[in-house]
Amino acid sequence: MTPAIQITGIHKQYGSLHALKGVDLTIHHGDFFALLGPNGAGKSTLINILAGLVKPSAGSISVMGFDVVKQYQQARQLLGIVPQELVFDPFFNVREMLRFQAGYFGRGPENDAWVDEVLEGLGLADKAKTNMRQLSGGMKRRALIAQALAHKPPVIILDEPTAGVDVELRQMLWEFIKKLNREGHTIVLTTHYLEEAETLCSRVGLMKQGKIIALDSTANLLNKFAGKSLRLTLGGVTLPASIEPMLRNQESGIFTFALQDMTQIEFVLSVLREANIKVQDMQLNEADLEDVFLSLVGKQS
Amino acid sequence: MITKLKHMVFLKMGQAMQAAGLRGFWTLLKKELLRFWRVVFQTVAAPVITALLYLLIFSHVLAGRVEVYDGIAYTAFLIPGLIMMSILQNAFANSSSSLIQSKVMGNIVFVLLTPLTHLQFFAAFLIASIIRGFVVGFGIYLVAMWFVDLSLANPWLIVAFAILGSALLGTFGIIAGIWADRFDQIAAFQNFIIMPLSFLSGVFYSIHSLPPFWQKVSHLNPFFYMIDGFRYGFFGKSDVSPVVSLSIVGLSFLVLVFITLKMLKSGYKLRS
Repeated sequence: MTPAIQITGIHKQYGSLHALKGVDLTIHHGDFFALLGPNGAGKSTLINILAGLVKPSAGSISVMGFDVVKQYQQARQLLGIVPQELVFDPFFNVREMLRFQAGYFGRGPENDAWVDEVLEGLGLADKAKTNMRQLSGGMKRRALIAQALAHKPPVIILDEPTAGVDVELRQMLWEFIKKLNREGHTIVLTTHYLEEAETLCSRVGLMKQGKIIALDSTANLLNKFAGKSLRLTLGGVTLPASIEPMLRNQESGIFTFALQDMTQIEFVLSVLREANIKVQDMQLNEADLEDVFLSLVGKQS
Repeated sequence: MITKLKHMVFLKMGQAMQAAGLRGFWTLLKKELLRFWRVVFQTVAAPVITALLYLLIFSHVLAGRVEVYDGIAYTAFLIPGLIMMSILQNAFANSSSSLIQSKVMGNIVFVLLTPLTHLQFFAAFLIASIIRGFVVGFGIYLVAMWFVDLSLANPWLIVAFAILGSALLGTFGIIAGIWADRFDQIAAFQNFIIMPLSFLSGVFYSIHSLPPFWQKVSHLNPFFYMIDGFRYGFFGKSDVSPVVSLSIVGLSFLVLVFITLKMLKSGYKLRS
């Protein structure tokens, strides 16, 4: 089956700046995919190439088999992209904007029921006749998301959709997006909120300096890179060499160890006991994507 | 059999794409029309009033002092020029201001993300500009009818020059709107190109009244041919033959269309 998005050897050069250095990535139908990475990693450039806003220097991207450059009409028809910038058209109200947006994609009055569903799902129903200018920041963000969904695209790309958005909207938004994902829409999101990616996404790609440095299911990534973390308050001591490799972080007497599995707790504690180091406090944490993120991004910098 | 089926599927898809494309184009045109209609006081009433002020002041000051065509009152002579000047300025303003606003606000992205082709994009902005020019021009004509009884020697030529003139300036507005990054650059276009060319095109005088050197210079001004040909449609008299004017205006339009389509196709300043 053709993948929802196939990215092959994408390079992008802006003068001397090599923003993307050969990105390969396959996103399957029905995936809920998170594209993560620090600022300047190239996530938005990659999404802009996918959207046709930026031309790649080399490589190709196809959406459900349609090349985004050569068959841009078919490719764009399948894509719904939420831009990162909070942009709006001050001349029109929310419903008008959604109708226009659907119209650009060839959808007519038969699409109105879907527009209503989007308005309802994003909590915009009572703002349908409000001019875009008069909406609050959070409401503008919802309208921006609604616009991307107006033509009911099978592949939905959300570039930082929850930046500066309150908790209520975030929950509402994710409920709606999860529902779309259950109905078969492929979802790709970039976000700075790693816990969002962790709870929502089945697969994660991590970008750094224009490359994908990790790509796996969320569960695998968590297991592979982070496992569990053990925080011990030990005071100003020198660690025995045997547990030194497990140390990830040390800050004013608090030592954080990365554990692959639970049996290592016993090992750490026994080594400390033999070295006569007293444990003042102990905390065991489940690893999260932030740990993965830090260990990967930190490791290679 | 399978190739035939495949062929049919692609044909169906092609037809659907075409229908969708037509609706896409129509939607963009509708949006562009609504955009200026929502602020009709600014986009239509204001230029009509400006033209009316020119008419009142210039006809009062210059009637009897400026030599125009035999048997045609100065006020009557002035009106077609004012109508055409307003058509041209407003056609330019429509496409250029819409594009620069969308670019500065960032909402141009809503159109760039769609399957609309560069031809559809061009056609929607072009036709909206022509319609804006017509609405303003017709508004001035309606008001001017109160003052002067205008003859209509050749209505088809009037319409032809109005369409070609507004199309030319609408296209020029698209070029300016795509090229400019800021509002003041559009204002510079208006103040340093559109205004001088339209004021020096023979709106307020017949270029036959000018010294030979300035007559020659006027012949280099494309606006002159639009005004002169448009005026011929009303009086059946002009400084140069309307066929020459129509050809020059038509040719200039084609050159600008070529440049604009090149810009749009390459994604100049719109897609990086």
